[in-house]
Amino acid sequence: MDIFLSIVQILIFIGLVGTAFYFGFKKFKEIYDNINLGKPETINTTLSFRIKSVLLIAFAQKKMFKLTFAALLHLVIYVSFCITQIELIEIFLDGFTAGHRRIFHLAEDTFFQSIYVFAISFIEFLTLLTLVVTIIFILRRTTFLINRFNKPELKGFPAKDALTILTFELILITCIFLMNGADSAIRIKELGHGYGFLIGDIIGSMLTGLSFGALEVLEKIGWYGHLCMVLGFLLYLPYSKHLHVILAFPNTFFTRPEAKGEIHNMPAIMHEVKSMIDPSYTVPATDGEVQFGAKDVFDLSWKSLLDAYTCTECGRCTQACPANITGKKLSPRKIMMDTRDRMEDITKGKKEHGPDFVDNKTLLGDYITAEELRACTTCNACVEECPVNISPLSIIVELRRNLIMEQSDSPSEWNTIFANMENNQAPWQFSPEDRLKWTEELN
Amino acid sequence: MQYKAPIMSELVAEGKSPEVVFWVGCAGSFDQRAQRVTTAFTKILNQLNINFAVLGTEEACTGDPARRAGNEFVFQMLAQQNVATLNNYGVKKIVTTCPHCFNTLKNEYPALGGNYEVIHHSQYLQTLINDGKLKVEGGAFKGKRITYHDSCYLGRANEIYEAPRAVIESLDADLVEINKSKANGLCCGAGGSQMFKEDEPGNKRINTERTGELLEVYPEVIAVACPFCNTMISDGVKGVNQQDDVKVLDIAELISQANSY
Repeated sequence: MDIFLSIVQILIFIGLVGTAFYFGFKKFKEIYDNINLGKPETINTTLSFRIKSVLLIAFAQKKMFKLTFAALLHLVIYVSFCITQIELIEIFLDGFTAGHRRIFHLAEDTFFQSIYVFAISFIEFLTLLTLVVTIIFILRRTTFLINRFNKPELKGFPAKDALTILTFELILITCIFLMNGADSAIRIKELGHGYGFLIGDIIGSMLTGLSFGALEVLEKIGWYGHLCMVLGFLLYLPYSKHLHVILAFPNTFFTRPEAKGEIHNMPAIMHEVKSMIDPSYTVPATDGEVQFGAKDVFDLSWKSLLDAYTCTECGRCTQACPANITGKKLSPRKIMMDTRDRMEDITKGKKEHGPDFVDNKTLLGDYITAEELRACTTCNACVEECPVNISPLSIIVELRRNLIMEQSDSPSEWNTIFANMENNQAPWQFSPEDRLKWTEELN
Repeated sequence: MQYKAPIMSELVAEGKSPEVVFWVGCAGSFDQRAQRVTTAFTKILNQLNINFAVLGTEEACTGDPARRAGNEFVFQMLAQQNVATLNNYGVKKIVTTCPHCFNTLKNEYPALGGNYEVIHHSQYLQTLINDGKLKVEGGAFKGKRITYHDSCYLGRANEIYEAPRAVIESLDADLVEINKSKANGLCCGAGGSQMFKEDEPGNKRINTERTGELLEVYPEVIAVACPFCNTMISDGVKGVNQQDDVKVLDIAELISQANSY
């Protein structure tokens, strides 16, 4: 009977983990493929620059600390998230072998027991801190009117997304304490003392009134609850802004090296203009039709697509954007969210209607409007603010290029300056002959 | 002193080669307010006997507003023309009073075959002061409350924050920082070709917002280092009727006025 139960337990465990990994892998692969559908862009950086970016920006969260309070709160969750994973080692070991606290029992009565107890206690301490921070985060989202969390682009799914994860966290925390507490209670009842856990033992001492059977059920609820939350998080992650917990690392690894002020060259137009100036210049062969700028998501560079999937929707970019501050429609965060939504909508369409799916929509126009794009001052405040080195500006520039050069959609004042620049080599209507007029005022 | 702006083509015809080209820029050439900055900087160059030249009628817009608006064709036409002119003269070193020209010449022309040492006038003035060549009298600005507005294309785009401040500090002035400065500075509203069109619908103009932030520290002078910021912030100050109490001046003007050039 015991063996039968163990086999059932192992099968349930493998079933749960296998299903989660299968669907998780499928969705992550989909995202990976989407990013690869972007246009090529070479990121010319050395390995040491890349590693430094990852360590400073993603690992040490340097840019988060521009807002100290939010950064500290986030740091608690981040550290807990990383360190709590240690517990998973034992959960997996127990799951695959239908065991119970196998590592503890291996370490019991040796030097390693105190290390084990310390590790679990430390995790419990971090979990308690996380509980406090999670409550503060929920209040920040629901009660305190923090401006960047109350912008139009967060209405609907994005607002729910944030609260969903925070609820996940509350359940996970409950499960961790339930598991350790019930476990300690059993040990206290059996041996007169618990494991030595910082919080688990305290909870355990309060639960000793329950029967062994009830405690075992509680312990299993905690254990399976913990596991299901972890697997659920894994499955939910690729649909959520919380994907940043993974993508922050590759995204900072591929940080663009250029000065922020540089807008990248367009070789096709460079060659064309060169051949106009110098008829003897032979334009290098290009492979087929060239479209200027980006009209839809897959006209963007793969780095911009990775940027979009990495975005956590924190809104620091939007909070710093001069256009947004002064009530214009542009929100750099929305640019990133729209890019990701568009990719997801195309993926969904392809799944439902086959690989040739077209919906006659484009990122430019149906998701992001000309009005938004035209409000940008290219000031780089959004790029500066982003804690994970995303550039909304790169996307804005590519869409603007398409708007002007493919769709000839330009405000009349801009048409005037383009004409002036072509004819007078200045945005204003002054004759190039008057370029030295200012010298008359010298003496 | 008789001030001069030597012209590249004439110097070359005389067999001379200037050490540095002063890139005046369209605003510096045509905008009345920016022209005063151009003359102030030219006076400093003259006073220090610097061997410089301007391109004059051979200078064309760098193409910055076109590229940022999205019109790469117009950018390429102007940029390639400029690169041809500069390379033809074998120009090595360029100084400019405009952060937009500075950014384009420095960061975007290399891809078109234009490789020069490009210096913004704030850096140039800082070097002259540090080398002891430019002695600043402090004079008119001694002890005055001056705040500095960071240009996006100098600051965030090229990480030049200290040079303009060093120039202001040479005046023995009281340099007061506002809350949102350096990397956190707010744009004046002119970048990305916004200078040349009406604002998109909103509830405030960006220059009004930024001027408000600058006026919070009750400056006597708002120092700028960009002709577009100069226009935008001057308009902002006029908008709240403070133009008689608060002067908006370029750092080159601060130096030339302090030294009574």
